[in-house]
Amino acid sequence: MSTDVNVKLDALPGLDPNAMPLQVKDLHVEFRTRNGIAHAVNGVSFDLRPGETRAILGESGCGKSVTAQAIMGILDSPPGFITGGEILYRGVDLLKLPEAQRRKVRANRIAMIFQDALSALNPVFTVGFQLGELFRKHRGMSRKDGKARAVELLDLVKIPAAKQRVNDYPHQFSGGMRQRVMIAMALALDPEVLIADEPTTALDVTVQAQIMSLLAELQRERNMSLVLITHDMGVVADVADRISVMYAGRVIEEAPVDDIYASPAHPYTKGLLESIPRLDLKGQELSAIKGLPPALTNIPKGCAFNPRCRYAQDVCRQDPAPPLYQVSPVRTAACHFWKEVKGDV
Amino acid sequence: MSDIVLETRDLVKHFPLTRGVVFKKQIGAVRAVDGINLQLRRGETLGVVGESGCGKSTLARMLVGLETPTSGDLFVQGKNMSKVGAAERRRGRRNIQLVMQDPYTSLNPRMTVGDIVGEPFEVHPDVLPKSKRRARVQELLELVGLNPDHINRYPHQFSGGQRQRIGIARALALNPEIILCDEPVSALDVSIQAQVINLLEKLQNELGLSYIFIARDLSVVRHIADRVAVMYLGKVVEIGTEDQIYENPTHPYTQALLSAVPVPDPKLRGLRDQIVLTGDVPSPANPPSGCRFRTRCWKAQDICAQQEPALAVREKSAHPSACHFAEVRDVVHAVE
Repeated sequence: MSTDVNVKLDALPGLDPNAMPLQVKDLHVEFRTRNGIAHAVNGVSFDLRPGETRAILGESGCGKSVTAQAIMGILDSPPGFITGGEILYRGVDLLKLPEAQRRKVRANRIAMIFQDALSALNPVFTVGFQLGELFRKHRGMSRKDGKARAVELLDLVKIPAAKQRVNDYPHQFSGGMRQRVMIAMALALDPEVLIADEPTTALDVTVQAQIMSLLAELQRERNMSLVLITHDMGVVADVADRISVMYAGRVIEEAPVDDIYASPAHPYTKGLLESIPRLDLKGQELSAIKGLPPALTNIPKGCAFNPRCRYAQDVCRQDPAPPLYQVSPVRTAACHFWKEVKGDV
Repeated sequence: MSDIVLETRDLVKHFPLTRGVVFKKQIGAVRAVDGINLQLRRGETLGVVGESGCGKSTLARMLVGLETPTSGDLFVQGKNMSKVGAAERRRGRRNIQLVMQDPYTSLNPRMTVGDIVGEPFEVHPDVLPKSKRRARVQELLELVGLNPDHINRYPHQFSGGQRQRIGIARALALNPEIILCDEPVSALDVSIQAQVINLLEKLQNELGLSYIFIARDLSVVRHIADRVAVMYLGKVVEIGTEDQIYENPTHPYTQALLSAVPVPDPKLRGLRDQIVLTGDVPSPANPPSGCRFRTRCWKAQDICAQQEPALAVREKSAHPSACHFAEVRDVVHAVE
């Protein structure tokens, strides 16, 4: 069915089917605003293996959503500009592709779901029309066939009575159901990579559990790679294979999920883990990270975390920012004192 | 004076659903809060948890007087607020102050911090003479960890966490005994959230406040609350001490809710006894007969549709639980 599109995509210059589905190398994004240049992403690199779940963890303003937007090519430009780096889909640099080709990669190969499904869906078209549109535009199907596929998709994401609900408008769905529609839309064209930007943040915990288990199941079935962007350390512990922790536009720690929770090697990661109240731990005083994240127009010299850090020394306050030290063969951390932080010394 | 500072008896709030513009006719009601009995003791923190639409915010609004109950009584320090005169009701209200969820919309952007924190004195002028107000506002700012010299700044000059502190300072202005926190930290980042929670605990110790802490985040509630009430569709389904609710939950809804919370420890992945509920919360305009949770409950029997379970201590539940088949289930495996 999708062969003709694949033929066109296979003809992408430099496409290497054995390369990783997604690789981001030294990505830089800045926003040129009236109040100066906001350095939202400052050299982010990560890769994604087939079937793997990579979590990008960070608080608001750390650049995690901007990274996702840059990958998808939906950055608001201006004011946002990609000023450096590469985004590779199986070896092909998406940033160098003409828009028409890039559009084929997006949706067919890389898809995204957003936090707020109500504003991501068009309120004046039925869900079935919007789902069918994908098949009409990308697969050249008729309206009727498109709608039939839409029903199949709603079934796939376990929306009850899919045949009737396909004619409903987004506002007629509950929050959890709307998020399922978004997932259906993202999965419609069988992507290899799914980017989920805070997919459950707006939902209640019981609904969150439903959506996360649905995502995990679909990912397993299709051997899809998932980039999960979130600030919820609980969700990450449940589903991620590897984690990149971001702070002020940089990846400050990168490790397999077990390592990071067992022995964080960056003071920020450590602080985050210590500041969350846990359901399974009795309450004592939480050890909060003092201070505030920096403004992206004015990131501190040296390590961006140094004003809030209890390990900071003079070397941390001077440029250049600490590089990513190799903590173990599979993990890195951008802290001069990672040994102390990790408790190795 | 009794130890109970606040009590609700069968508190009900129904919002009418009407049809027609000229000849309005009531065709039903959204039963947002449907008979709530709670008691708040001096110096304790009562957590109220539940998902969106369960009525917890409507409950909060009734407690602070922003919403008039359809029926039922609210007692503040033994006085029935619906029976006393306007002047006394006003004095009673002083004792309950609200900290709101969104620090971005709950502060007037055109007022300075000093005016915002000092506004309660304009409403209740007899509390403090005008000459002493500015000093008191500065004292309050210091108490919540803000620089008292920033009294003339505007809200946009502060971060989310600092704005929430301004909201807390405003709530403390009239020396209330009860602070009602409606999702006070859910709009904040984790690292900032911990700062605000620590502040709330510090203030409670220093000023002997009683808190009603409404939240969706069960981990935060476990951290701060002494007793917890779980709400579902306008009713309390289970209430007990923090240990009883978290370690020995007996209502199926509480169990499902707790099991759904992800635990930040990858070692526990797949080991948790996770109950994934099917379906959505029914509409509060047309709640199911009998037990309101029965449509999503795996234990539901015929009796659940016919007879509404009372919130009471049961054979297999040492604390009040509104389930015919209440039974302890170990959902959260506590780590020592």
